[in-house]
Amino acid sequence: MTDATLAFTQADPHNLRGMQEAVVVHEGPAPKRIVTGYGFWIFLLSDIVMFSCFFASYAVLLGKTAGGPSGAQLFDLRSVAAETACLLLSSFTCGLASIAADVRSARWYQAAMAATCVLGLTFLALEGREFASLVARGAGPTRSAFLSAFFALVGCHGMHVSAGILWLLTMMAQVFAKGFRADIMRRLLCFALFWHALDIIWVAVFSVVYLLGSAV
Amino acid sequence: MSDQIQDMHGHADVAPGDEEEVRVGPRLLGYVVGLGLAILLTATSFFVAGTDLVWEPSIPVAIVVLAIAQMGVHLVFFLHITTGADNTNNVLALGFGLLIVFLVMGGSLWIMSNLNHNMMPMDQIMQMQR
Repeated sequence: MTDATLAFTQADPHNLRGMQEAVVVHEGPAPKRIVTGYGFWIFLLSDIVMFSCFFASYAVLLGKTAGGPSGAQLFDLRSVAAETACLLLSSFTCGLASIAADVRSARWYQAAMAATCVLGLTFLALEGREFASLVARGAGPTRSAFLSAFFALVGCHGMHVSAGILWLLTMMAQVFAKGFRADIMRRLLCFALFWHALDIIWVAVFSVVYLLGSAV
Repeated sequence: MSDQIQDMHGHADVAPGDEEEVRVGPRLLGYVVGLGLAILLTATSFFVAGTDLVWEPSIPVAIVVLAIAQMGVHLVFFLHITTGADNTNNVLALGFGLLIVFLVMGGSLWIMSNLNHNMMPMDQIMQMQR
């Protein structure tokens, strides 16, 4: 071995040949906000997978009315359109609330959250009225496999919205009492994700359950 | 703006729901555009379902396509899941979720229609069991 190669080996012990600058920079763990948001995103995806099972059972049982009323006879598309409008606008006002929280405007935040809450409650009232009228017409969840699947799927979404409204009121109270602290902001990020995800599921509900269900 | 968002921008990842943009105007515009597109797609969906202007067998396909488009609009404009480099983890998780959703729904529909196709009519089964 010559002196030249020996010197070269010592200057570049890992044989990188000038690639030393490509060495990985270790940045440490991700900030808590990103870890929290990502974890909640995984939860939402698992929730969507659960909903897909309800959708699959609804799609399989769509024609199994056991001689009872079918979707085309039962669904009132005007009421469904009103519910859709409520939920869509509430998603928008929820977005406004997260902007207001980011610029630390408590007044705009509370106003946008209150609007979200009112729209969500209107949605639930419309859905409750629809369920009550179905049951009153003898088309309750026990009437046929089709109606069982319908009440399971739409009712599950309605329960998510109810839980979302409880969470929304909690977030209004927490911001009122504690201000825009870092942990409160993480909860707000998760709440906004949850509320927008509910709207995505509603898009599937009104398309598959109501529009396709009343076409069959 | 908050120190947190500054911190976020110095880092290589974005939390789902977080935006690159920190100014109010463009963020507001993003939500308005998302709302407009969503209203447009929803209205088209309801119109297509109730009309006889469209060739009838194409209506279910149109409704499904419009629904998928609207979910995409919601993901991009409301949940801020985009194809940006900082969003890779979120998109990968979404991709896996969608894989499971399609397996569950497609698999159920396929298997159940196959079983329906191969099964004897119910009255004949009842007769055989007598």
